[in-house]
Amino acid sequence: MTDDPIQRGVHDLGGLPAGPVARSEHDYALWEKRVDALMVLLSNQQHMRVDELRRNIEGLGAQAYERMSYYERWVHAITQTLIQRGLISSDELGRKMAQVEQRQRESHA
Amino acid sequence: MTPAQRESPAQQFGPGERVRVRRAYPPGHLRTPWYIRGHSGVVERVCGAYPNPEELAYARSGLPAQPLYRVRFLQHEVWPGYRGNAQDSLDVELYQHWLEPA
Repeated sequence: MTDDPIQRGVHDLGGLPAGPVARSEHDYALWEKRVDALMVLLSNQQHMRVDELRRNIEGLGAQAYERMSYYERWVHAITQTLIQRGLISSDELGRKMAQVEQRQRESHA
Repeated sequence: MTPAQRESPAQQFGPGERVRVRRAYPPGHLRTPWYIRGHSGVVERVCGAYPNPEELAYARSGLPAQPLYRVRFLQHEVWPGYRGNAQDSLDVELYQHWLEPA
């Protein structure tokens, strides 16, 4: 059996050494709860499927997959899905992100 | 169940039947774990028929629904050098198009 990284996705970990499981409880940040809520709403409104979320997480690339936290992967994958489906455009998103950054700069000034 | 789901391919296997997971490595969104491909096990139960996640992942309908099976494998047949009980088993849920008679 080969472990060709092109064939075997970085997410497909079954059987590989993984170290101990962290069993401690942890709180979620507000933004993480919002990402979760966003996914629930988009799924309920049939704007995306969990399978699209998974596919886009798998498409992250090994480095990003390993570096990102759970909900960072989610928000990336939700964004990708909405662009793929044409619900939002990259341009719209880019402009909105700039607006939000501007607002934050002003509120911290 | 929707009418389209009812047109799903006929169920090919029943509980107790021996099946082999296809040793296939296509690109795309796959729900068949890497480690189980090429191994054979026994159908533990038929779970029903569900839209194909390999299609749903690309915003397509996933229809016709594919029969889904829970297949039981022996741990020592899956993992080289497994040192646990010889009867230890492992269940994996697999869609019909990934299975062939063993």
